[in-house]
Amino acid sequence: MSVLVVVECDNGEVKKSSLEVASYGSQVAQMLGTTATAVAVGEATEANLAALGEQGISKVLYDNDSRLKDFVNGAYTKLIAAAAQQESAQIIVLANSNIGAAVGSRLSVRLQASLATNVVELPKTDGGQFVVKRGAFSGKAFSDVILSGERKIIAVKKNSMEPLHNAGQTATVENFSAQLTDADFSDAPKQVIMQEQAGGILLPEADKVVSGGRGMKGPENWNLIEDLAKALGAATACSKPVSDVDWRPHHEHVGQTGITVSPNLYIACGISGAIQHLAGVNSSKVIVVINKDPEAPFFKAADYGIVGDVFDVLPKLTQAVKELN
Amino acid sequence: MKFLVCISNVPDTTTKITFTPDNKELNKAGVQFVINPWDEYALTRAIELKEKLGGNVTVLNVGEADTEPNIRKALAIGADDAIRVNAKPTDAYFVAQQIAAAAKEGGYDIILMGKESIDYNGFQVHGMVGELLGIPTVAPAIKLDVEGSTATLEREIEGGKEIVEVATPFVVSCQEPMCEPRIPNMRGIMTARTKPLKVVEPTGEAPRTQVTEYALPPKKQGVKLIPAESAGDLIKLLRNEAKVI
Ligand SMILES: Cc1cc2nc3c(=O)[nH]c(=O)nc-3n(C[C@H](O)[C@H](O)[C@H](O)COP(=O)(O)OP(=O)(O)OC[C@H]3O[C@@H](n4cnc5c(N)ncnc54)[C@H](O)[C@@H]3O)c2cc1C
Repeated sequence: MSVLVVVECDNGEVKKSSLEVASYGSQVAQMLGTTATAVAVGEATEANLAALGEQGISKVLYDNDSRLKDFVNGAYTKLIAAAAQQESAQIIVLANSNIGAAVGSRLSVRLQASLATNVVELPKTDGGQFVVKRGAFSGKAFSDVILSGERKIIAVKKNSMEPLHNAGQTATVENFSAQLTDADFSDAPKQVIMQEQAGGILLPEADKVVSGGRGMKGPENWNLIEDLAKALGAATACSKPVSDVDWRPHHEHVGQTGITVSPNLYIACGISGAIQHLAGVNSSKVIVVINKDPEAPFFKAADYGIVGDVFDVLPKLTQAVKELN
Repeated sequence: MKFLVCISNVPDTTTKITFTPDNKELNKAGVQFVINPWDEYALTRAIELKEKLGGNVTVLNVGEADTEPNIRKALAIGADDAIRVNAKPTDAYFVAQQIAAAAKEGGYDIILMGKESIDYNGFQVHGMVGELLGIPTVAPAIKLDVEGSTATLEREIEGGKEIVEVATPFVVSCQEPMCEPRIPNMRGIMTARTKPLKVVEPTGEAPRTQVTEYALPPKKQGVKLIPAESAGDLIKLLRNEAKVI
């Protein structure tokens, strides 16, 4: 019996969501009286993998085949399945990311495992049943789900787990090979195009987000959003009409038809708070709304609010953050 | 080219969610059900590709008889025929098995679906179907073009996108901005009535997961308003009270 954690890496670094996943996995291992092993995918440095000891991981398996640098569904699935077999993993934990969902769903069939995605808490194991809590109805509800069978796969929602930091602990890093063949790379990407991120913080991974809506009036005013985001170390986002008219790129649009985010802090500037927008942001821990209309529906979902003009309020906020730092 | 489009029947986005008194199921009273918004991208793109390349679009829904109005709506939008697997869609694995069985039987070239359903938010049926059929899955895709038996897709990844080329057959889960979803016109609605809708019984193994309870998130405390003149105070509150910066 063991716990296998899938760790996604990029440019040598372990993604923040994977630090959360590693922490989740090591705590599940502790509950079950066993250890947690990680299997790393993507491009990682040995030092960063060893540092996963801080999140409670004892061993990391890593195949440094250069073809695995970018996501390939077929090859990643085979690699993780092989690691799960080697470690006799009963529980596999991965991120509720585009990679985690693609691989986790294939693995669940291959390994005959039950699968829960969008999981927000550690499992409960009382009464002989294994129950996880997950988000449902686009953030409007939660459900408790029994995972049956010997093997279980859990995809952990981003920002729902505080990463552990046991300073000084290190994991051993082992070379691992799943004997991949050319056929495993039949769906390899021909090209990978990375987006330019304002301030270098990826929206899906961000724990703080500053978002602008139609109330920002035009793309020329986005420096107000960017300045506050930069001061806070936040990612930038927008509402759908803003990306529809190309004030901002599509990948910044959050909501029901855009990206779902669940940061610790979501600051909405000049966004009305239509239900389709809320669907993508309502599980943020703290929501701040700045809108000149006191009747804007977003105030109902907010923790803090300022009724005011974004052009007046945003510079004041940026200034206050700078003074604080 | 034969397209299979999987649609699920979900509560309209604007629905206020409530549960039955035992909290085990959604309270359906007064709820309007719609085609899952993500699935509309899959449906529309399949119809667009059929118009360009020729072929046939079949829609499939795993659901009880009350989903038929939305199946007819998909036919009105332009699908040619439909299959309803007569069962309650209990979990993703159960649904994936039904889709895989239908796909095997029909010999489809491209199986399209939405990225996830807005009720269960599983984000997993696509991969399960691909694995059950032993064919590639590209998920979630923001672009899909087909030439001969090869498709070129753009797949969203965190922080970017991949351009992927796969040969048919394959599974694709679709999302914005793949196309502009269509709404049915009068002619579509009239012809939908006469298009074939086949009802089949479910197959496969039992579900692997079971919902024991639904719950609503804790109520918000209510908004704390800060006067615009002293906007800077908000930052202090975010540090000292909310502890998020
Ligand atoms: C099927 C469907 C899916 C959708 N999916 C999404 C989605 O994923 N994401 C999404 O965001 N939307 C989505 N929408 C659209 C959604 O319904 C709203 O139309 C949209 O969110 C509104 O964006 P907005 O708040 O930026 O603009 P508006 O509704 O125009 O609101 C602008 C706000 O700015 C305020 N304002 C104006 N000037 C100022 C100022 N100077 N200072 C302060 N405040 C100011 C106004 O009071 C107003 O509240 C979807 C709609 C449909 C039908």
